[in-house]
Amino acid sequence: MFLYLVNRVLMIIPTLIVISMISFVIIQLPPGDYLTTYMARLQQSGYTVDQSEIDSLNRRYGLDRPIHVQYYRWITGVLRGDFGYSFDWQRPVNQLIWERLALTLAVTTASLIFSWILAFPIGVYSAVKQHSVGDYFFTFLGFLGLATPNFMIALLLMFVAHRYLGWSVGGLFSPEYMAAPWSMGKVVDLLKHLWIPMVVVGTAGTAGLIRVMRNNLLDELSKPYVLTAKSKGLKEVTMLFKYPVRLAIIPFVSTVGWQLPNLISGATIVAVVLSLPTAGPLLLRALLSQDMYLAGSFVLLLASLTCIGTLISDVLLALVDPRIRYE
Amino acid sequence: MFKRSRDTGQDSQESKIYYASQSQLIWRKFIKHKLAVFSGLVILFMYLVVILAEFVAPYNPNQRNTYYRYARPQVIRFWSEDGFHLRPFVYGLEREMDPVTLRRSFHEDPNQILPLRFFVRGYEYRLLGLIPTDRHLFGVDGDNVVYLFGSDDLGRCVFSRVVYGARISMTIGLVGVFLSFVLGLLFGGLSGYYGGVIDKLIGRTMEILRSFPQIPLWMSLSAALPDHWPIIRTYFAITLILSVIGWTDLARVARGKIYSLKNEDFVVAARMAGTSEPRIILEHLVPSFMSHIIAAITLAIPGMILAETSLSFLGIGLRPPAISWGVLLQAAQNIHTIVLAPWLMIPGVFVIIFVLAFNFLGDGLRNAADPY
Repeated sequence: MFLYLVNRVLMIIPTLIVISMISFVIIQLPPGDYLTTYMARLQQSGYTVDQSEIDSLNRRYGLDRPIHVQYYRWITGVLRGDFGYSFDWQRPVNQLIWERLALTLAVTTASLIFSWILAFPIGVYSAVKQHSVGDYFFTFLGFLGLATPNFMIALLLMFVAHRYLGWSVGGLFSPEYMAAPWSMGKVVDLLKHLWIPMVVVGTAGTAGLIRVMRNNLLDELSKPYVLTAKSKGLKEVTMLFKYPVRLAIIPFVSTVGWQLPNLISGATIVAVVLSLPTAGPLLLRALLSQDMYLAGSFVLLLASLTCIGTLISDVLLALVDPRIRYE
Repeated sequence: MFKRSRDTGQDSQESKIYYASQSQLIWRKFIKHKLAVFSGLVILFMYLVVILAEFVAPYNPNQRNTYYRYARPQVIRFWSEDGFHLRPFVYGLEREMDPVTLRRSFHEDPNQILPLRFFVRGYEYRLLGLIPTDRHLFGVDGDNVVYLFGSDDLGRCVFSRVVYGARISMTIGLVGVFLSFVLGLLFGGLSGYYGGVIDKLIGRTMEILRSFPQIPLWMSLSAALPDHWPIIRTYFAITLILSVIGWTDLARVARGKIYSLKNEDFVVAARMAGTSEPRIILEHLVPSFMSHIIAAITLAIPGMILAETSLSFLGIGLRPPAISWGVLLQAAQNIHTIVLAPWLMIPGVFVIIFVLAFNFLGDGLRNAADPY
């Protein structure tokens, strides 16, 4: 187990390095360097730019140096917690991102749990009552959820809530808590608002999860040991949850690996539609205004978050399933 | 060629299966999957509309009509107050102003019956890009308008725009998938056939790309495309961006199949006979898993369409004046517009129908891919 753990943790390092490289490429993508863009914008709005300020920025990021030196400076800065400077917001990036990332994590985790709670019973039901009306109904619903873009669900929900219920949907906080410091009241307020993005982001993933659970359980149900258990007179429900479900749940749990990137992707777009104070809208704004340090940091951190999430799920899986850790 | 023998006896049926080629077997299994066949027909019909877009659309999608802004959709009817009409008709639109909010809105006026005419004259275009004509599938007489899906903020016909938008939305997935297919087959093939270090390297690369949250990556890449590029170049750049991740799925299928096939007897025999490696791969291995690849491709298209729609919706994919379903949905981005003009969400319905149809078709193909 210990060896597996060490191995798995070491494997994440090259992944993180590649992720950091891709993020750096993204920072470099827009034509010209950001300093030029920044200065052009300042001059447009009538500011005079202090030459010494430019020089100090130039030196800090090594913009006059070759690309690998720039990468080195950037990545060592990141490791020390310095993500660069947001020219759009006139603030260091690390002042902007953490709260938004934490809220993204909250939305994603809630969606993950929601889709599990929904998919598990439906998957078991669909497998046990294969070819029943309910099975077809849920399968169709699953396909529909898979085919509907996340933002459409968000739009429809907003429309229905506004037109028929008279609610205003959107945001994660009520106005009075928007700028308030964290308190018990604010957390409660957050939980009250969290369910809408949770449902919207969760539904898309649920469809895939239902199918995984259903197919795995169907495979198990057709095995001889199930027949033996039944013939020995075991109660249907006891038999089901004591043996096949326990086996079928392992691949189900392991889907977190691909579930996480999807959820983070989904949350990004839904957040824009519902104007949530998470990473999505800020990333979009940063990209549109070519505020690349901010955008690159988000991409880097969202991807790293996904990686670490996958790592945790792998470790949990190894704990549940001895076959994996001894392989 | 693919005639089914339902009415013949059991024996001849069996002998037909015995002699049937693989493609015939696949076809037979596919045709039994009713939902997949139906979805295939829906998709064919939609592509037919795309080819004949100018003919089907009653108006030029960029033509503005400032009088009819945010006009509500007209319903095609057969029954009016004075009974049944054989020729379908729509009610004319009447504009009214809310005395309090001063907001203009439209309602259907039952006194104005506008019969639908077919093959009417409208704006000029070239059918299939060749035949100059001005005939359109349907329209109404005179200066009246028919907006089956309503109109947008500039008074453009949403129905015509949906029909034109299908052109980009329904092809971008095909082009993107083709690129993914080439890349996936190449890398998946190399990985599965040679194994060892190459396999490990490609496998790791795929794993890293797959663990990346796609939307943020796609957003970042497409936001870097310059605004001033012509539509067609942006279009191809976006397909390229979508294939950056898209190829991994196909590569996985190709790798798995080649890996399991490469030590089969027929491949070993070919190798013993001194067949060159490219020939083994292309002539012996690829045909034996082609059906699986086709199924995988069909299942990959919906993802691409959803991605294009999402990117354009956010304003960083295709941008106006390009027309795609995502670009059209951009108009429905905030709650005020949706409440004022819910019909602007109609393009989304077509995204759902199209993606759903492709999913069902792909499901049917995947089942049929292994007929034995």
